[in-house]
Amino acid sequence: MNIGIDIGSTTIKLVCIDDDNHILFKTYTRHFSKVNEYLVTIFAELMASIELDEVKISITGSAGMDIAEQLAIEFTQEVIAATVAVQKFQPHTDAVIEIGGEDVKVIFFGRTIEQRMNSTCAGGTGAFIDQMSKLLNITPQELNEIAKDHHKVYPIASRCGVFAKTDIQALLNQGVLKENIAISIFQAVVNQTIAGLAQGREFKGNICFLGGPLTFFSELRKQFIKTLKLKPNEVIFPENSEYYMALGCAMNARDLAPVKIQDIRKKLSSERIFSAVTNRLAPLFNTAAEKQEFLARHHQSDAQRIALGNYAKNIYIGIDAGSTTTKMIAIGENNEILYTYYQYNYGSVIDVVKEQLLHILNHKNPASAVHSVGVTGYGEELIKAAFNLDIGEVETIAHFEAAKHFMPEVDFIIDIGGQDMKCLKISNGAIESIVLNEACSSGCGSFISTFANSLNYTVEEFSQLALEAKSPVDLGSRCTIFMNSSVKQAQKEGADIEDIAAGLAISVVKNALYKVLRINSAADLGQNIVVQGGTFYNDAILRVFELETGTSVVRPSIAGLMGAFGIALLAKQHASDSTSMLPYADIKEFAAESVITTCRRCSNNCSLTISKFSNGNKYISGNRCELGLGLSTRNETYDVSKFKLEYLKKLNSSKHPQRIGIPMVLNMFENLPFWVAFFNNLEVEVVCSSFSTRETYEMGQHTIPSDTVCYPAKVVHGHIEELLDANLETIFYPCIVYNFKEKQHPKNHYNCPVVASYPEVINNNVSRLKNVRYINPYLSLNEKKVFTKVIKPELESMGISKSTREIKLAYETGIKEYQKYKQAIVEYGQKALEFARKNNKKIIVLAGRPYHMDPEINHGITDLLSSLDIITLTEDCVASLADHSLSQVLNQWTYHTRLYDAAKYVAESDYQGIQLVQLVSFGCGLDAITSDETKRILESRGKIYTQIKIDEMSNLGAVKIRLRSLVSTMNERCSD
Amino acid sequence: MKGAVINLAELRYSEEGRLLFTAEMKEEYKVLVPQMAPFHFDLLVEALIQEGFKAELLDNIGPNLVNEGLKYVHNDSCYPAILVIGQILDAIKNRGYDSHKVAVIITQTGGGCRASNYIHLLRAALKKSGLSHIPVISLNISKLEKNPGFNPSYKFWFKAIWSVVYGDLLMQLYNEVKPYEISDGESDRLVEQWKEQVKYSFQNSSVLNIKALKQNIESLIKDFARIPVADTKLPRVGIVGEIYVKYSSVGNNNLEDYLREENVEIVIPPLMDFLLFKLDYRALEVDWYGGKFIKKFGINLIIRWIEKLRDHSRDLLKKAGFTRPIEFVKLRQLVKGIVSRGNRMGEGWLLTAEMIELIKSGAPNIVCAQPFGCLPNHISGKGVLKTLKDRYPEANIVVIDYDPGASAVNQKNRIKLMLSNINR
Repeated sequence: MNIGIDIGSTTIKLVCIDDDNHILFKTYTRHFSKVNEYLVTIFAELMASIELDEVKISITGSAGMDIAEQLAIEFTQEVIAATVAVQKFQPHTDAVIEIGGEDVKVIFFGRTIEQRMNSTCAGGTGAFIDQMSKLLNITPQELNEIAKDHHKVYPIASRCGVFAKTDIQALLNQGVLKENIAISIFQAVVNQTIAGLAQGREFKGNICFLGGPLTFFSELRKQFIKTLKLKPNEVIFPENSEYYMALGCAMNARDLAPVKIQDIRKKLSSERIFSAVTNRLAPLFNTAAEKQEFLARHHQSDAQRIALGNYAKNIYIGIDAGSTTTKMIAIGENNEILYTYYQYNYGSVIDVVKEQLLHILNHKNPASAVHSVGVTGYGEELIKAAFNLDIGEVETIAHFEAAKHFMPEVDFIIDIGGQDMKCLKISNGAIESIVLNEACSSGCGSFISTFANSLNYTVEEFSQLALEAKSPVDLGSRCTIFMNSSVKQAQKEGADIEDIAAGLAISVVKNALYKVLRINSAADLGQNIVVQGGTFYNDAILRVFELETGTSVVRPSIAGLMGAFGIALLAKQHASDSTSMLPYADIKEFAAESVITTCRRCSNNCSLTISKFSNGNKYISGNRCELGLGLSTRNETYDVSKFKLEYLKKLNSSKHPQRIGIPMVLNMFENLPFWVAFFNNLEVEVVCSSFSTRETYEMGQHTIPSDTVCYPAKVVHGHIEELLDANLETIFYPCIVYNFKEKQHPKNHYNCPVVASYPEVINNNVSRLKNVRYINPYLSLNEKKVFTKVIKPELESMGISKSTREIKLAYETGIKEYQKYKQAIVEYGQKALEFARKNNKKIIVLAGRPYHMDPEINHGITDLLSSLDIITLTEDCVASLADHSLSQVLNQWTYHTRLYDAAKYVAESDYQGIQLVQLVSFGCGLDAITSDETKRILESRGKIYTQIKIDEMSNLGAVKIRLRSLVSTMNERCSD
Repeated sequence: MKGAVINLAELRYSEEGRLLFTAEMKEEYKVLVPQMAPFHFDLLVEALIQEGFKAELLDNIGPNLVNEGLKYVHNDSCYPAILVIGQILDAIKNRGYDSHKVAVIITQTGGGCRASNYIHLLRAALKKSGLSHIPVISLNISKLEKNPGFNPSYKFWFKAIWSVVYGDLLMQLYNEVKPYEISDGESDRLVEQWKEQVKYSFQNSSVLNIKALKQNIESLIKDFARIPVADTKLPRVGIVGEIYVKYSSVGNNNLEDYLREENVEIVIPPLMDFLLFKLDYRALEVDWYGGKFIKKFGINLIIRWIEKLRDHSRDLLKKAGFTRPIEFVKLRQLVKGIVSRGNRMGEGWLLTAEMIELIKSGAPNIVCAQPFGCLPNHISGKGVLKTLKDRYPEANIVVIDYDPGASAVNQKNRIKLMLSNINR
């Protein structure tokens, strides 16, 4: 008898086979991280059903390594196990796709066997699907069921559950049908698998699907089949597909020495066999008295509460339509709290708000009247339009208002919600800086609740457990995805649940403080700190926060409702004679219907969701600019990125018989004028790929070798595919290590490593390039002589034979065109500055890299700015107007030199209405260095530092909050 | 110290406001050196000591390194920066040093990678933790940042080169003998013994006495050849990657120990190739981007001179039955058609070249180690795997990302996959 045990991150699979590979026993069990206990049960079942004495046994699976070691059982790596089983049972397989709880594996058969596993990121795994279905408040099985009725697939960032959540939330808020979201989730998994693991090798021939998720979710399989364009006979979906690794493992055991099964069983149940390597930390309380003092201090009453039905004066309602939860509060004339509501909104925000408004109207004292209603949060505009509410305000302002109520002299507010974190620094009664978490939700509350639930506890129980911890485990402070594995490690070592709960609380706070806020000491925070947000109801988190910062803070009793409370206060302040809200009967009859269309008013082709309300109001979302709202007239405005795009679009190459292709990517956004003029001068036509779209990215995603590289680099692959489709003989994409030397003060003038040598990645990973001439020399454009010498042989290899003189001439023309372009940008900037000053308009210098103007890469942030009536400049408009020579970091990248100089210009400008926003691509290692320096420059002169992280996700929700808050702060400053 | 007269060195600053390491400090301060490559840095520190610096190599390890690093370094910075700075801060805070009597020295490569910024991140971190009075010395060959108190003589630079030569030899011999030694611990003892011997020779014979150097190398190799070994052959596994996580056990979660436990012979390419690689591009740039011919000439002269010296040990190694390390020029040839010699940020083409050399020399099983999100390794590490696999089907390469939060289990499981593939 051969036994294979596959211990995955969430389940245990065990099979027992005879020597002819017949399955005699199989079981599939979720282990809830208590692998030991479940194994004991499984062994009992096994031995009850078959008589066993000596067996050959092996263990596989990501969670099986340690156990195998401790039971002295041979470990078989799971990909090896899968390979063995597939070769035996499905010999015609060309490739295997196996999705597990937290792993994705791909095996390519053929000349050689290639095996791949996802890297440390858990995006696109079973856990991801679980997490997403939780977000929709349905089971994974139901997710599969409803996905069958879909009619549209939306792009959802698949790399990381965190990003995907943001995208899904945005879709939910837009009122997109759950059916469509469900299918989009599956498509995200498909994309992630292809983008992350194909790495230039195509899924062709017979594809075998293995593992739990692919077994249980028919729609996921269908999306794979559809995306990979598989014919029915190419799909292999074997019986027992979820057991394949256990099977392979059992087959592998054949060569091992037999062992007595009783011995293993005994070992399993007898002792706790795990040794600890995870570090331990100090407990949250040293003495019972300490705990008493803490609890007493934070559980005092700080607000007067009156039952709704007993209050007979005017009522003010605040609604915080957040991304995961809806919070509502009703207050009285003296801010008495009459009614509160805090619930996950599992989908439709409108329904929740409608129900609650009716509830308040039904239960209030007949003598009272709702006088004013305000709304804030992600769903602000939608709800305001739907119910015709009195006031809407960006949530940061609402939070500030609420915090002031509890602590008038507040100078620091930290709000940690489910997956949002906001920190507001207050000085002189105005918001001085805002930190939001963007690309990352580590350090947020949903993380704790997800863990608590997966371990079968409620959040409250979990919090209480943490307070009891004797030696909390040190789980590190990074991405939640990584945290999963750390927790598992601790569990394997037999850590108590109390210690894990406390460890998680510590991680959350450390993430918030050091990763998101980047503070070094409590003094950075301020003297008067208000902590709020649902996460702070958790006493353990509150305690850790106080311990870690060495301060004592105020946590209002309505910590989770502060946004709603703030907007209620604002509604009260701005109340007119009566509320504009729909009358009771209308609310009661209220219904919303949403239609999804594509906006054709410009090339962005935004996917619009039009919500039509029964009161005749309409709300359009998904639009990047005001054109989508049906407004045809634009105010005069300046947007330099538009100007640049237009300029590049108009760079018409002259027509010649010989043509070369150039991808419109990365540094080409700046160097294109040079290359077009250069090649035209040599009588060569330049064909450019078009500006990126989502489709561009998807077209090339199967050739991306590194899934952690920045998005601007990833889209390069799609541009190359586009050029390959254009029937060109030659594609030219040079490696430019040194940028132009623009100024004297920087230590060097590099491009970043990715910009400099990405052409080599293309060369090594796009197999279709074999069919064309792909020229990617290392060049410097700085010196005519050297340039000419280096490029001459390259030109010859492209079939362009020109004399040195001709090349030099072409170089000169190219440089002229390049300088003309740069000059045009500066002049445009000048005009914009003058216009702004004259008309008292606000300016934001959107400082990033030249390629950040690509609308697919910035996701239309510039349109968003225009819609807020802001003039957009970029760093290169103003960089030449200042020199930041006293850099405290090594100033050696040209694009960053511009960034620092632009920051210095903004910092020193006498114009009140100018601010800088730094755009940072996710995964950019250099910006870890530049952002601190930029911040330092701006803050040294009292300007506000704002950073926006951009990635493949296209949801602008967080960006909008941040920009609106920035504008509101600018307004306040200007009026001072 | 109660009663003692506290006599602090005067803090002087450069024109740009950088705190200088003064001659006075040289007399009074301890100079802390963060650890990277254990075979080499011991010797390098000795070379500093012999210059009159009170140099100390940091050996503190443990989770507090990461914690200190995360606290004071931007968390998106690369892992080596977090660790190196974490090690320095941990030492200063918890190892009983008088913070007014220490300086720190770190290397600075000066390329387009963010690693050139470590020193600035370190200064910022010191400032944030209230230690801005600690001077930081940059050890580099690019003439970045001068310090009045740090003027090592020509002897130091020679000793530094010898340290790398000896370190590479010790590392190779240790890796080739250790898994087979019959009497446990013999190779370790010999490494320690030879480190002392090298230090002694640094002190007592002229750095320019090439003959003595060669004799030393000869008897070193002979000593290792004399260790009785088992007559077996284990599969060979190479370690390549970003320089810090490649050599430092702190950076790679004790990768070498783990691999040795799995019964394989480890192959780690020499550190000297990295230095030559860094030199080489400066010569190349003269051709590609302009510059003075004399610069190119001088650099090539140095490379040839070092290579000639290494040829001597290469031949001896081969004679004694050890692997003959590949010549730098040949190494450079290996990447033709895959990555350009102009690919020079971070480990650049060298990373690709080392992988090819490993494959060709019977160690096709490779761990390519890098910090999470390492920019140059997108290009010449992960970026070339497809091509390598096409050209060398026997290549069995696993890419491991290192990161403060990465789980050791995950890393091990992936390495296991690579190991499992060896015997198939």
